[in-house]
Formats: sequence, C-alpha cells, structure tokens
Amino acid sequence: MSEAVLRAQGLNLARRHKSVLTDIHLEVRRGQIITLIGPNGCGKSTLIRVLLGLEQADSGTIERKSGLHIGYMPQKLSLDQRMPLTVEDFLRLTRHATRADISYWLQRLNIEVLAPLSVHDLSGGEWQRVLLVRAVLMKPDLLVLDEPVQGVDVQGQMELYNLIPQLRDELNCAVLMVSHDLHLVMAATDEVICLNGHVCCSGHPDSVSVDPAYLQLFGARGAAPIAHYTHHHDHQHCDHDHHLHTGEQND
Amino acid sequence: MTDAWWLMPLLAGLLLASVAGPLGSFVVWKRMAFFGDTLAHGALLGITFGVLTDINLTLALILGSLLLALVLLPLEQRSRLASDTLLGIVSHSTLAIGLVTLSLAQGVRVDLMGYLFGDLLAVAEADVSWIAIAAVLTGGLLFWQWRALLAVTISPELASIDGHPVKRLNLLLILLLALIVALAMKVVGILLVSALLIIPPAAARSVARSPAQMALTASLVGMASVMLGLWASFRWDTPAGPSVVVSATLLFALSLVVQEVRERKRA
Repeated sequence: MSEAVLRAQGLNLARRHKSVLTDIHLEVRRGQIITLIGPNGCGKSTLIRVLLGLEQADSGTIERKSGLHIGYMPQKLSLDQRMPLTVEDFLRLTRHATRADISYWLQRLNIEVLAPLSVHDLSGGEWQRVLLVRAVLMKPDLLVLDEPVQGVDVQGQMELYNLIPQLRDELNCAVLMVSHDLHLVMAATDEVICLNGHVCCSGHPDSVSVDPAYLQLFGARGAAPIAHYTHHHDHQHCDHDHHLHTGEQND
Repeated sequence: MTDAWWLMPLLAGLLLASVAGPLGSFVVWKRMAFFGDTLAHGALLGITFGVLTDINLTLALILGSLLLALVLLPLEQRSRLASDTLLGIVSHSTLAIGLVTLSLAQGVRVDLMGYLFGDLLAVAEADVSWIAIAAVLTGGLLFWQWRALLAVTISPELASIDGHPVKRLNLLLILLLALIVALAMKVVGILLVSALLIIPPAAARSVARSPAQMALTASLVGMASVMLGLWASFRWDTPAGPSVVVSATLLFALSLVVQEVRERKRA
C-alpha cells in the first residue's frame, strides 16, 4: 500500500450544542482519489476545513505526513472588486510558483488566454479552472477540491472530472474531493465516503452505490439528480432496510 | 532657522503621503476604513494621557493609537455586535471622553482645533524626524511582506493553507495603520486622517492594473495632493490639512473622468 499522507482519527465537532462531526476516521493515501458525498449540511465542508487545519475539532487527532503540501481549491472565492488583479498576478502569489510552472499549468488546463485578463472579468467556469491551477501550483501531496464543478456547465464538468485522475497521476498526489454529483464522481474515484455527520458507509463506488446506508441517504434511483431529494428522516443508524425508506425521501 | 518655513510641512506631508498610498490600499481592499477612523478618534485619548502624565505628546499619541488597535482587534473578532456598530461606539465614545477629560485637565492649554483639523504649518523638525522614522519603518515592512500581505488580503484561508502566518500579518498591518494614523493627525487632523488613507487609493484604482501599481499610484496621488494643498493654502490662506484633502478629492474626481473616457474608447 502507498504511504498515507493524512490520517484522521475519532474527530468530533459540535457547534452550538449540535453535533456536526461524530467519530470520523479517515485515511488518505498517495495516489488515491477519495470523494466525500452527503446531503447539504452533513458536515462535508466542515470536515474539509478541519482536515486543512482551518478549524479545530473538539476531539480526535489528525496526522499529516511531515512537510505535507496541500493544494486547496475552495468552493467559492470572491475577490474584492477594488483590487485590480490579473489572473497571472493572482497565480504569481502562490508560494514557490515560478513563471514556467504557471504557464505550463495554464496551458495544461487550456486557459492560457486568461492569463492577462482581470480576475473580475472571468466566468464561473473559468474562475474554477484558475483556482484549480492555483491548487496544483502548490506541487501538492494532497489535492483538496471542494465542489470543484460548481458553476461549471455540463460539458465543462465532464472535462474537469476527467482531468482529476490525470492530475493525480501527473502529480503523484492524493485527491480528496467533495461533491454532491454522484454519477460523475463515481467513475473517477477510488473510494467514496458517504457522510451524514458520521461516516455512513465507505468503500469502492460500486459497493457504496448498493450500500443500504447510501441508498438510505440518496434514494434507490441513483440516476436521478440528488438535489431533488431532501434528507428528512430521523437518521440514527445506517443499517435500516432501505426498501422501507426510499419512498419517503422523494419530496 | 535658515530653512524656508514651508520645508518642514512639505517634508512631513510628502513622507506621510508616500506610505499612506500602499497602506491605504490595504485599508481599501480589506474594508478597514472605519477601523482607521476609530483609531484616529481614539488617539485623542492618547493626547489626554500625554497631557496628564506630561510625556512627549507625539509618543503619547502613538502609544495610545497602538494600544487601541491591540484592544480593538480581538474585540472586533469576538464581539457579537456588528463590526460597524462596535467601531461606531468606540470611535465616538473615545472622541467624547478625550474631549471631556481634556477640558477637565486644569491649567492645560491644548490646541484642540490643531488636533481635530491638523496644523500642518506648525510641524517642526522633531515631528518630521518621527514621521521619517515611521515612514521608513512602514514602507520597509510593507515592501518586505508585500506578497504575504497581498495573499492574506485576497484570502486568509488560502494564505493560511499556504503556510503564511495570517494572524501575525494582520496584526502587522493594524499596528502600521495605528502608527501612521497617529502621525498623520499632525498633518490633516483627527477628522480627516482617513481621507489621506482612502482617497488616493480610490483615485489610483481607476487607472491601476495591478495591486502594486495601485499602491504606487496612490502614493503619487497623495504626494501631489500634499503639494497642491500646501500651495493652495499659501496662495489663498486656507487651512493646510483640509486643502490637502480637497486636492486629493479633486484628483479622485479627475481619475473618474479618465476612467470614463477610457471605457468609452474601448466600447
């Protein structure tokens, strides 16, 4: 097995007396693509923030490989209009990024034309790609992508998801990704972790997609867009019989 | 004194304007204008303190301003009150307390108008030395930490993941702001300090294409305002501080025209 770059054990976090994360165990190994899925408000983004060290868990441990480089692509980053900034200047601010690296990755992601443009003039999809370039410029051991395809058109989403395994191979890094688009993710991921405050189930996409807990969360018709489902049952355990519940989840 | 009377005021103004450009750009980017205002208002307490303890007034001013910044920073981050409400309370209450205590201090005559609106023409050699030291220190630190400060301004979270010491960089910026605000009071006065920090960067924004360009242009706009203001003050016998601010405002208006013309050409 390849080396673990990040290992979290027994993470717990409560906000205003409400438990957000419960006993989370997670291991990310080099070369692996792990996807966190789960309904809105299930703690995906919070878990990412804790793993990145932006927030403290109440208990539990996080071990990082020493000298771990993390490339992080946030879900959203809005820049203040009052700062004049070109894409190239923005990328130049990444630590240790050389001009050669920047022009290589801009070309690699097919956005070299954006370099001289103002960051305020980009479309959502273009900006997502610039943020991805910024993340890979860190020469990461671990690439963390929070909803990488938000605001990207369908064609672009496919391209981005196809790109992720390529980036993993090229950078020889681990990828930890948050998504709620199951189908696109399933094809490009080694392990899926289904999160709803706690880890409901995890494993290879094929086994997760038939896991009762997964079906409990997302409904049997995995083919339908999950945004249409609300997670409103009283979720205590993952091992109920999904056949009894799937009907309830359809709003 | 063999020097011309206008030399010290001019030097003080130019030195301040040169660092107020880049520092003010951060104030604009980070939306800290009100914070700077509050520091200026609170600085009057520093003067009261200086009068009461009989220490050097400039030193008292700087210490008061730095102390207020150190108290405000954690308060602002933790408070449940909206930031502008909190700053509004501190800003006006410190100004009021300063005015009240100054009037109570017996047998002390302080040129209140001078502190409120600045008295550039009363600037002496000692003041210029203070300002020069502060300007070199501020300019040097901003230049040295420029990229890190920009990274933190753009996104504290990304900067933190990149390994920048976000808290320390924010503290640095706040302390430099407090220092320059305290010294700029001599030039433009408590009520107009933030004008010197905000207007030149705002004028620079319309013509600049990068953060560094904006900071440098703001310095130039600020220095031009100081020269214009002093000249106007001499020519028409107007108060120097407000004349500097009026000049900056005119340059800002001019920058809007330049921007408008540029955009029409492009369209």
